[in-house]
Amino acid sequence: MKKDIILCGVGGQGILSIATIIGEAATEAGIQLKQAEVHGMSQRGGDVQSNLRLSTDTIWSDQIPTGQTDVIISMEPMEALRYLPYLGPKGVIVTSSKTFVNIPNYPDEAALKAELADLPNVQLEIEEIAAELKSPKSANMVLLGMAAPYIEILSVEQLRKAVSVIFARKGEAVVEANLKAFDRGVEAAK
Amino acid sequence: MEKRLLLGDEAVALGAIHAGLSGVYAYPGTPSTEITEFIQTNKEAKERNIRSRWCTNEKTAMEAALGMSYCGKRALVCMKHVGMNVCADAFVNSAVTGVNGGVVVLAADDPSMHSSQNEQDSRFYGKFAMVPVFEPSNQQEAYDMMSRAFDLSEKLHEPVLMRVVTRLAHSRAAVEIRQAKQQNALNPSTDNSHWVLLPGNARRNYAELIQKQGDMLQASYDAETNDMISISNSDKGSWKGVVACGIGYNYVREALASGATDDNFAILKVTQYPLPEDGVRQLAQMCSEILVVEDGQPVVEDDVKKLLGADFKVEGRLTGRLPRAGELNPDNVALGLGMENKPVYDTAKNLAPRPPQLCQGCGHRDVYTALGEVVKEYENARVFGDIGCYTLGALPPFKALASCVDMGASITMAKGAADAGLWPAIAVIGDSTFTHSGMTGLLDAVNDNSNVTIIISDNLTTGMTGGQDSAGLNKYEAICLGLGVDPDHVKVVVPLPKNMPEITQTLRDEINYKGVSVIIPRRECIQTAARHAREKAKKQ
Repeated sequence: MKKDIILCGVGGQGILSIATIIGEAATEAGIQLKQAEVHGMSQRGGDVQSNLRLSTDTIWSDQIPTGQTDVIISMEPMEALRYLPYLGPKGVIVTSSKTFVNIPNYPDEAALKAELADLPNVQLEIEEIAAELKSPKSANMVLLGMAAPYIEILSVEQLRKAVSVIFARKGEAVVEANLKAFDRGVEAAK
Repeated sequence: MEKRLLLGDEAVALGAIHAGLSGVYAYPGTPSTEITEFIQTNKEAKERNIRSRWCTNEKTAMEAALGMSYCGKRALVCMKHVGMNVCADAFVNSAVTGVNGGVVVLAADDPSMHSSQNEQDSRFYGKFAMVPVFEPSNQQEAYDMMSRAFDLSEKLHEPVLMRVVTRLAHSRAAVEIRQAKQQNALNPSTDNSHWVLLPGNARRNYAELIQKQGDMLQASYDAETNDMISISNSDKGSWKGVVACGIGYNYVREALASGATDDNFAILKVTQYPLPEDGVRQLAQMCSEILVVEDGQPVVEDDVKKLLGADFKVEGRLTGRLPRAGELNPDNVALGLGMENKPVYDTAKNLAPRPPQLCQGCGHRDVYTALGEVVKEYENARVFGDIGCYTLGALPPFKALASCVDMGASITMAKGAADAGLWPAIAVIGDSTFTHSGMTGLLDAVNDNSNVTIIISDNLTTGMTGGQDSAGLNKYEAICLGLGVDPDHVKVVVPLPKNMPEITQTLRDEINYKGVSVIIPRRECIQTAARHAREKAKKQ
């Protein structure tokens, strides 16, 4: 079994923490993993993405071929669309529905949402949910929770455990807040 | 055996630590930065007292590593590909002096120029200096090779170049860890004739270096990561030859694993140079055509062509089977092998590029706002830029820069333009770039009394690569004065919106002054300021 995942968003939105957690769960489960990140210049408010490949067999390329991605996990709806040619026949887009407009020529929001609605997708206002939970920093964990049932090669429970492991050194309160956000994401995606 | 999830860069770093490293010497540069950062924060490296502070530039790094090697210890030098140009003098000559303790020079190439101004291939430098080159195909090899590279360096008494590319440097995978070796003892060389490159000595050393080429080739034959792999898909299919270098090998295997071909493939995997020529000849006997798959420039393709003669069909980047420029990826390699990864969905309609930009609240922004206002007042004003976050001043909304070429070129280009009669000739350079390669240019300008205005935009850090220490911290005025800039024309301002009238007036005054003036807008990078605040809060 293999799962190819693209994580994306705008520099500073916290996609790499999601990658770290999936990486921890995969390592713990003994599943092979390759995770390619973008560092350097594009982190400054530009588009960022990470290719995450999970498999029970050897993974060759660090990058995912065109038309083969199983899940696009995005912190921003237009960024999800950027990787559309990589999405596979059974692929799904899991994204925050809230736009992040820091460029003058951002597309028309209604048209963008309509295009996204025609694709296999799960969308939520993750920032609002995180704010409701009084934990605005854990919006990315809401997103991970939403995506968790689609990752399949790792169970929701394995991912949940990795959330607590990764945040453990930040103290119990931070772990609890992030688990709560993760659980809300899982619930909401059902 | 212990397994750890490591970036390619981190695998290189840990491999070096476990190979008995005594010192790492480096200047930050994407995609190489994480190697040195890993060693700086790694517990084992601290326990082993491995020297790891950032250097002023790649040349000082290379030379210090050579000094450590002279004393019998193992040293690693890390840089991005264009850093090789900066240290080239020391690097090429280190092959002539030879080394005592092992020296590995790690160059991180950036095909597709994700964060760079060119996509030069560092393997050329290996050929040029006539030293072995290692090119790992994955994180495990990057870790394992570090130890082998140091061993080979000490066996041949020559530096070894290791080349990685962005997609390996910045990709994570599990790596099996082995037992760490002890560091070498202090054992300074007593052989002056090798280290003093007077012509008489250099000629003899160079003859020795040429003599060693056979041993280097033998090392390539002996390397178990240089391998011949046969993949048979059907009895009917013909045999096709592939020379797959470094991570190019992964893309070949990815394509073949898709099962979309009936052809059979013989693959020569190359991860160590000189190119294993016998393997290439063997491949040519098995197949009627060879595709060379290499990330970066067509280094091996050229060699294979020469080796097999004009009659043998060699395909690759030079023949258009693979793209001439840009990095390899699973799609273009599959296409080169006669397969196609077809998209299910077309490119989205509602999409716009989102280029990087200066952070909101960044001091460089205030510098460009002030410059924009003042420059309008002069008909022929030109602002020569440099390498760093502030290069983003070339993009909208500022569109401020006339040039950006290499580290330090802002000052020297402004000087040359002033020599040609341009006025005002303005340079914008960051603090770390100034100490890296700007100081010598400033001395030239002072000695010529050139009519230039130089802005050292000081954010107290090396910002673009993630906030590493800046070599000249708190020394900028002293450096400028020491180089002979008139004390009345070294001005410091604080780049904040509220100070705009003062900054713009200072700019006007110094542009109107006929001679060298330096303006230093100084305010900490907001990213490092936030990090320092968090660290301080943690300590309390």
